[in-house]
Amino acid sequence: MLTRTSRLVPGARRLDPGRLLHTGSQAPQSLAAHLDNPAPDDSPRAVSRTSEKDPARHGEQHEGLHYNIPLQDMRTLFPHSLPPRFSMQVKTFSEACLMVRKPALELLHYLKNTNFAHPAVRYVLYGEKGTGKTLSLCHVIHFCAKQDWLILHVPDAHLWVKSCRGLLPSTYNKQRLDQPAEASIWLKNFKTTNERFLSQIKVQEKYVWNKRESTEKGSPLGEVVEQGITRVKNATDAVGVVLRELKGQSSLGGFRLLVAVDGVNALWGKTTLKREDKSLVAPEELALVHNLRKMVKNDWHGGTIVLTLSQTGSLFKPRKAYLPQELLGKEGFDALDPFIPILVSNYSPKEFESCIQYYLENSWLQHEKAHTEEGKKELLFLSNANPGQLERLCAHL
Amino acid sequence: MAAPCVFWGAAVSYRLFLGGRVSLALRQGVWKAAAAELQVGTGEKILRLRHTTGVTAKKNVAALRRETYTVDFIKKQIEEFNIGKRHLANMMGEDPETFTQEDIDRAIAYLFPSGLFEKQARPIMKHPEQIFPKQRAIQWGEDGRPFHFLFYTGKQSYYSLMHEAYGKLLDVEKRQNQLQAKGLFSEKTKTKDLIGSRWLIKEELEEMLVEKLSDQDYAQFIRLLERLLTVECSAEEEEFVQRFRRSVTVQSRKQLIEPLQYDGQGMAFSTSEGKRKSAKAEAIVYEHGSGRIKVNGIDYLLYFPVTQDREQLMFPFHFLDRLGKHDVTCTVSGGGRSSQAGAIRLAMAKALCSFVTEEEVEWMRQAGLLTADPRVRERKKPGQEGARRKFTWKKR
Repeated sequence: MLTRTSRLVPGARRLDPGRLLHTGSQAPQSLAAHLDNPAPDDSPRAVSRTSEKDPARHGEQHEGLHYNIPLQDMRTLFPHSLPPRFSMQVKTFSEACLMVRKPALELLHYLKNTNFAHPAVRYVLYGEKGTGKTLSLCHVIHFCAKQDWLILHVPDAHLWVKSCRGLLPSTYNKQRLDQPAEASIWLKNFKTTNERFLSQIKVQEKYVWNKRESTEKGSPLGEVVEQGITRVKNATDAVGVVLRELKGQSSLGGFRLLVAVDGVNALWGKTTLKREDKSLVAPEELALVHNLRKMVKNDWHGGTIVLTLSQTGSLFKPRKAYLPQELLGKEGFDALDPFIPILVSNYSPKEFESCIQYYLENSWLQHEKAHTEEGKKELLFLSNANPGQLERLCAHL
Repeated sequence: MAAPCVFWGAAVSYRLFLGGRVSLALRQGVWKAAAAELQVGTGEKILRLRHTTGVTAKKNVAALRRETYTVDFIKKQIEEFNIGKRHLANMMGEDPETFTQEDIDRAIAYLFPSGLFEKQARPIMKHPEQIFPKQRAIQWGEDGRPFHFLFYTGKQSYYSLMHEAYGKLLDVEKRQNQLQAKGLFSEKTKTKDLIGSRWLIKEELEEMLVEKLSDQDYAQFIRLLERLLTVECSAEEEEFVQRFRRSVTVQSRKQLIEPLQYDGQGMAFSTSEGKRKSAKAEAIVYEHGSGRIKVNGIDYLLYFPVTQDREQLMFPFHFLDRLGKHDVTCTVSGGGRSSQAGAIRLAMAKALCSFVTEEEVEWMRQAGLLTADPRVRERKKPGQEGARRKFTWKKR
């Protein structure tokens, strides 16, 4: 970092009215306490955190505050599917705190008021790099998990279209390609997340895997998943079966289905995978991608589809692209049309302040100027209130 | 000192000093043209003189170092200069009486246009005092007896100056003692206007005295003058001390401050440009804003993904404590990411000068925010791999 050159004007003795603005969801007596003695460290927990653990009860008053997700829930909901920097932060602070932000609140509001008789509505979270799309998705997933939905979460669709090692010709359809490794990983995570449902849902057809193994009609879905995990060769087909079953059965109303895909623009972009004869593979030739595309079509009801666009892992897309039209391309846009776009933008001043407070509480910012107004202004300028940039900056301080 | 003897070609009349270890006794002779140094071998050998007229013997480069110009020579040069000045004024159609040195420079630059890069290699016409180095006249008379009483100290001008200054100091103290004896002594501490002037530096003093000094000599002299300043002294002593002070411009450079302009809504803004390496930038800084910066229409966070570049942009605002108070729109082209950031920084700093007090402008200048970085890429030289890197040296 730049060595701080001596300031022209010694830090003005400004009062800090901003501190009084951020009140949490605590009872009014703490508010009175704030007004009584505005010392710099008066119950800082009130400033950036809220004790409301249930996402269903999050509302406008919680905007900008962090809420805690129990680590147990984290392990079930997000096995290996958090963004790497966030999972490092979780490990460092030994707590997982998500900030409640407007796009997520908006989504939750829509979800609470969905009519499950209508076809599934698609929501697309889009925004510039580092603004918090993936974590908003995580917030929504947590909400749905609390509401007992079945979560179909693809943490990063880009992983399915680049650097896959074992590509096999599909057993189901000769023209497509299988990705056993990715499919089996996904099945494992799916199993961890949705343990309870696997025994409840019964398959409605008979599936023959190979000469010796088959799944009878009426057996629990768990068997299909097990089959995919144990027989890695059939993993992709197992995924396809799971998706088809879930799509068919969610309309019946036994459960509600949430399809959450991060980086959905990967499904319609290009791949970097090559066959043995060095010819490029198109995304629709991958069985996983094909099945997922069918999943995000809105020809079923009984659930919702929440998607996120991501330039970070995308292939052959310019760095500054963030709009749906740019990232999805014509084909993807037409496939996803109609959808509800939700813009995720940089922090508002209140959210920024809250984030800094959170870091200060966890003693993450060690620079002596970090808690001063000038320090905050510097951070604001350098990161331009972009959450990702701010996190990276603070990692150095 | 067994150096070979040197004979100068043209008919020179010189006095040869026989005997003894005569070293560099040439200055004492009477030379018409550039003299050569005669170095006699050890011992008391008498050299045989050989007049070699017209033959240019091998020049001893060491001899050309100390060319002495006689007083007559200098006087002649001055006369020629003055006449030449009048001719030049006539040529240019100006009045010879009021033809100043700047006019001469302009006229010479006009008549002899030169494409040379080195300014000192171009044709000049200046007063001989500025061209020929100051030299000391002969310090002794015909009989060999020196004129100055301090000649044998070796640094006669310096010691005479010290003597003079100390004499003045003693006078002042004597006067003070007399006043004290009479009881009219008043403890008046004078606050001289020492700001805005500085002591002569050692090189300037050497130039004034035409004599080499050592650092200790110089320090001693300055101490003496400062001691003279502390006591109360009369006008002539003041004048004596002021001879050794040079003025210093308080603000060594006047920064050009852009005028404010007003746009349609009445918001004040200021525009200026900046350059760094091969990047050119133009910045428009608005007076009231919230710290948004747009570069070529793109937000600065997206345009400069590297933190270092954004720190460069932050520097002028952070220095003036105006983070988040101005909006900036800039255009930049050329260069790489780092030079574009530097160019924008310079442009923003210059534009900010219009919103800020003069004192702060001076502080910015001292911080280096208003100076264009002169570093450019050094050219690659033949025989080397890069500008400085040489090819790998192989022993065989």
